[in-house]
Amino acid sequence: MGKVILTVDDSKTMRDMLKLALAGAGHSVIQADDGVNGVEALQNAGAVDVIITDINMPRMDGFGFIDQVRRDPKNRAIPILVLTTETEPAKKQRARDAGATGWIVKPFEPAKLLAAVNRVAP
Amino acid sequence: MDPMEAIKQTYFQECEELLLAMEEGLIAIQSGEADSEVINAVFRAVHSIKGGGGAFGFENLVAFAHIFETVLDHLRSGTLAADEEVATVLLRAGDVLADHVQAARNGEILAAEHDREIKQQLETLSGKEGGCDAAGDFDGIDFKPAVIALDDLDPAAQQGWRIHFAPHAALYAKANEPALLVRELATLGETAVTSDLSRLPALDVIEPDQAYFAWDIVLKGDIARDKIEEVFEFVVGDCELDIQPLETPAPETPEGLDVETMAPQPEVAAGQPEKKEAHAAAEAAKQTIRVDLDKVDRLVNLVGELVITQAMLSQRVAECKIPRSSPIGDGLNELEHLLRELQESVMAIRTQPVKSVFQRMPRLVRELAAQTNKKVRLVVEGEGTEVDKTVIERLGEPLTHMIRNAVDHGLETPDERAAAGKPEEGTVTLSAEHRGGRIVIEVSDDGRGINRARVREKAIERELIAASAQLSDEEIDNLIFMPGFSTASQVSNISGRGVGMDVVRRNIVDLGGRITIGSAPKSGSRFSLTLPLTLAVLDGMVVAVGDQTFVLPLAHIIESLKPQPQDIRPFGHGRHLLNVRGAYVPLVQVSELMGIKGAAKPLDGVVILVESQGTGRLALVVDAILGQHQVVIKSFEGNYRHIDGIAAATILGDGRVALILDVDGLVGRCRSQLADAELQPTGT
Repeated sequence: MGKVILTVDDSKTMRDMLKLALAGAGHSVIQADDGVNGVEALQNAGAVDVIITDINMPRMDGFGFIDQVRRDPKNRAIPILVLTTETEPAKKQRARDAGATGWIVKPFEPAKLLAAVNRVAP
Repeated sequence: MDPMEAIKQTYFQECEELLLAMEEGLIAIQSGEADSEVINAVFRAVHSIKGGGGAFGFENLVAFAHIFETVLDHLRSGTLAADEEVATVLLRAGDVLADHVQAARNGEILAAEHDREIKQQLETLSGKEGGCDAAGDFDGIDFKPAVIALDDLDPAAQQGWRIHFAPHAALYAKANEPALLVRELATLGETAVTSDLSRLPALDVIEPDQAYFAWDIVLKGDIARDKIEEVFEFVVGDCELDIQPLETPAPETPEGLDVETMAPQPEVAAGQPEKKEAHAAAEAAKQTIRVDLDKVDRLVNLVGELVITQAMLSQRVAECKIPRSSPIGDGLNELEHLLRELQESVMAIRTQPVKSVFQRMPRLVRELAAQTNKKVRLVVEGEGTEVDKTVIERLGEPLTHMIRNAVDHGLETPDERAAAGKPEEGTVTLSAEHRGGRIVIEVSDDGRGINRARVREKAIERELIAASAQLSDEEIDNLIFMPGFSTASQVSNISGRGVGMDVVRRNIVDLGGRITIGSAPKSGSRFSLTLPLTLAVLDGMVVAVGDQTFVLPLAHIIESLKPQPQDIRPFGHGRHLLNVRGAYVPLVQVSELMGIKGAAKPLDGVVILVESQGTGRLALVVDAILGQHQVVIKSFEGNYRHIDGIAAATILGDGRVALILDVDGLVGRCRSQLADAELQPTGT
């Protein structure tokens, strides 16, 4: 069943790759290019099943974005996956502390991405 | 196109932008103006280049970007200070990263020796961590220490696992859902789940955000332990988790509910239309879109046609004797006003700041400085000045050449500068500004200026001028634009790459611009480029010749005047010269050039003095000046073929086609004819 997934990444390459993999699996994808636009997109979207966000972004980074999302009681239950690289264990931990549900290691394989999405969203 | 291929193209486009942002940041770091946001932006740029590169398997690029990124991370966290030495290494690393991207784009791999030295420098900067980061090369490999549980080897373990899973409140706070994990376990093998409700308190003391449930799961089948650990990957630390091979005696099963094997629940289809709307709203929030240039050009063309149609309509209305103050006239005025705004807006789509070209120059200057052992500072001004994209695209080469010239020929060595009482570091200034509806770009240096004696000598050597020629300083300076002036004797590996200043000038003239030079011995030279803001429209003077109408590009016009009989002097076979305040200029009738009968004689008409860059001036005789208009250029070559003396065509307000005269071509032709005439008396 298709989910509504918000992807937040300042790199168009990454946004496009996420979209290709997610839309290919029948999900509908909403895109935002930084934390500020991510918060706005979430407000406009109404119902989002999963959020996938990058950490390093201009204006508002991933940590700030997760914090902002979790602050709103109605968004407390939205699963948030962060995009990280294998070399950033500290960042993974910081993202979890900020309230991230899980993570996806870049560069990702589409199958792993979809598995991660399935693991956090019904 | 293959979607991945399309994304790869996007990646390279994005890399271009990221590399520019990176370079801008690095330059700010070098000049000591960088705050943490700048350093962050540089880090992000390199990080994004690395991230995308990994997706496409550009391993060398990723490995290099990783080392680079590590140093930037130190800079960001403050464990490394951004002094000048560090900034120099970073700038060089930025250049090498750009080379890596370029290589990947060409489907090549950068030779190892190309980045070996800079890699070492970067590793030295990142200090001790640098040693460890040699392992960064293995980034692409998903390296995890493999825990080989002895249990795995036990044949009994292959029957299955008993898993005790007790979430903490933190697990829920991060929006993890135990049911989903159990569901995923069910995909590995047959599961039997028992709920442990022993911790569930009485209803009146239940806290909604506390965790009370625990589960015992029996998972049957030959399943590797790490598969199970992977399922719980996101929740480790936020729960009690105990995974035991099945044969160990189960702890006493507490009283509880048996939960059946979990199956994915069918999703409710309601709410789908809402989600579609949400999608559209988010799309609208995007700030920029990429548009095919062809589409913009079509729009520009259509607007051009619209302007012509509007002009025709105005003329028809005027012919019907409807006054401008009538309601129809008001409507037409409004239409004209809106169209002009529309035209400007459409043209603005095509404009970009010159920054994209200017930003390539710092690297060039750094490389030139290194090659020539000169100290050079590049000052860039007005990089936000906007101009048509086509103009920008074609500016790169001439600017590169001019900057090469400035550093190579213009600036002196540090010793020479010191001896001349100048600071050792030479300055090259690159600036852009809007001036009178055109863009003016200047490249100036504070070097030695043009060596006029040497230029003159060389021009004589090359037979470009006669040894006896009397030339003003300005004329000598302009000799460097002559084809064939750039000489083999002066070809260094920097300036002499087969193109001389004549090519620069031709490039600029092709863009409808002009180039001028100013130079003072010992204090430097200044090259000024004046370019139109767009190549799609032209400010022109509309003139009548006989029953024909022509357009002269305003940029070439110096003045218009009414000739006096005493100013016109015969010269050779029916040719004339016009005395313009003491200077003699060839006088040419446009009617003769174009073969039009019934045009006015010089004395009855108007003379328009035009100038072509480099080749000189010409006095063109026309019947009358009809007005000054912005005209939409319609290419002639594209639709017919090249015609000498004609640059392009345009459509006038009355729907008639008018030819735009090619002033450069006309001046060149008339001047060479005159030169022949000059030779004739001595020849025969």
